[in-house]
Amino acid sequence: MSFVPEDGILGLVVQIGWLAFIVVSVFYGQRLQMWTMLREVGSSLTRFKAMKDWGRKTAITVVKEVGKKKDDPTVMIEEFLEHRVYPPVDLDPAGIVWKLEHVLDVRDDRFKDDVKLMAPEADETQIFNLEMMLGCAAALNIIYKIIRHYYLLGKKTMSLYSIMQVQMILPMLLIEAKAYASALKAISQGQPIGDGVGALVAAKLMHGYEQREIAKDTIVAKVPIEDRTAYVIKARGPGANVGKPGEAIKRVLEETEGKISTIIMVDASQKLEGEKRGDVYGGVGVIIGGIGVEKFKADESVLKHKVPVNAVYVREDMGDAISAMRKEIIDSVDPAIEKVKRLILERTNAKDSIMIVGVGNSVGIGQ
Amino acid sequence: MNETDTPKKRSFPFSLAIIIIIIIFSITAFYQAMNAYLSPSPSPAEGNYFILLGIVGLAMSAYMLLRTRRVAPQISLETQRVSTTILCEKCGFKKIQPFEVGDYIIKEVEPCPKCDEKMMITSIYREENEKEKR
Repeated sequence: MSFVPEDGILGLVVQIGWLAFIVVSVFYGQRLQMWTMLREVGSSLTRFKAMKDWGRKTAITVVKEVGKKKDDPTVMIEEFLEHRVYPPVDLDPAGIVWKLEHVLDVRDDRFKDDVKLMAPEADETQIFNLEMMLGCAAALNIIYKIIRHYYLLGKKTMSLYSIMQVQMILPMLLIEAKAYASALKAISQGQPIGDGVGALVAAKLMHGYEQREIAKDTIVAKVPIEDRTAYVIKARGPGANVGKPGEAIKRVLEETEGKISTIIMVDASQKLEGEKRGDVYGGVGVIIGGIGVEKFKADESVLKHKVPVNAVYVREDMGDAISAMRKEIIDSVDPAIEKVKRLILERTNAKDSIMIVGVGNSVGIGQ
Repeated sequence: MNETDTPKKRSFPFSLAIIIIIIIFSITAFYQAMNAYLSPSPSPAEGNYFILLGIVGLAMSAYMLLRTRRVAPQISLETQRVSTTILCEKCGFKKIQPFEVGDYIIKEVEPCPKCDEKMMITSIYREENEKEKR
């Protein structure tokens, strides 16, 4: 039984067809692949654009509702979304952390001033929340623009490698964009987010004790725990704020002349696919995320005073970290406190002074 | 570069035209196959060839349809159900209610209906939907 006729007109047509197919594949194969990729990226681009537009619209609505500004703040918000931060030059990296910290402080002050102008009626907590919400809208804006850049560049140059770069990272970018969109929604309403799990542990420990500001937007309370004195640190809530945990560690160590038996840091940590969200585990070392300025300061201080650092972390993915806190994450707070107490009993002696640092965003979390 | 650089939905896309043409060719191939089998002088080789051609054509059009299917531009951000738990630390009275703007954890709220002690928000969390659980 034969599938292809070997002679006659039909056989000729089949042979010509095959030849045409081979010629097209050889000369236009890459171009066909390119068109498929462009189409895929183009299709995703409409999705990213929808997210960006939704973020912008939500930000404008919330700012108008909260701020009650007489003039329309839309133009100011659009300018905010296009804001860029230029980091210091790193050709000579010595001392770059302090330069970076200065740039970030200036950015923070500038953002807060801008938000105050956009929303004159907003209180302090709302200003913190609006600032972070606008940050999420700006992130959605930049993700969309980066994809559009590569899409248009690929179309213009017909370069397979230009378009391949963005096509390969599309699924990850989509997850990230969805997480930002979810965060924008939660933060605009002041709901606690998954990243705040460390701050929540600290808040529960320090509640009811006298608190003072130890660093910018960061508070400390002296709390008796298990016959030890604990300096409990967290970012000031309930506004969206991560504070300066590295600076706070440095100052407490200076105040106590380094007489701290151990530092226990609690934070959310990136879970790997397949790991269970909300699981609480431990480790050693400074656990502070972000750009690295605060981690650097904490690393320097603990090294100077030779203080051991223990970490307690709660597993969660990026989506969990910046969206409204899940039940599994909030349920991990009590086990995390138990773990901290166990560490205190195992690693320190009675009457020692210790430090407990709840790292993370304090949105929706008081103290 | 401006917003118009984003790909726009065309009224009758090029790819759809190609898919329709391939489907027409596939149907014709099946018809030819039937003719080849049922003619007074049957030619099974020709029939098999047309069947193969028809199947390949249909598979190609189905694949193209799936690949080029335009993603809905709306974002599917489902409304999340966020709950606030209020607890009386003295008598243990617990109340769970939908989250309201202004709620935050460790906020003192209304007095306890049982013992009149001030209650406190002890947790705010998002309810998972079935899709998230999976």
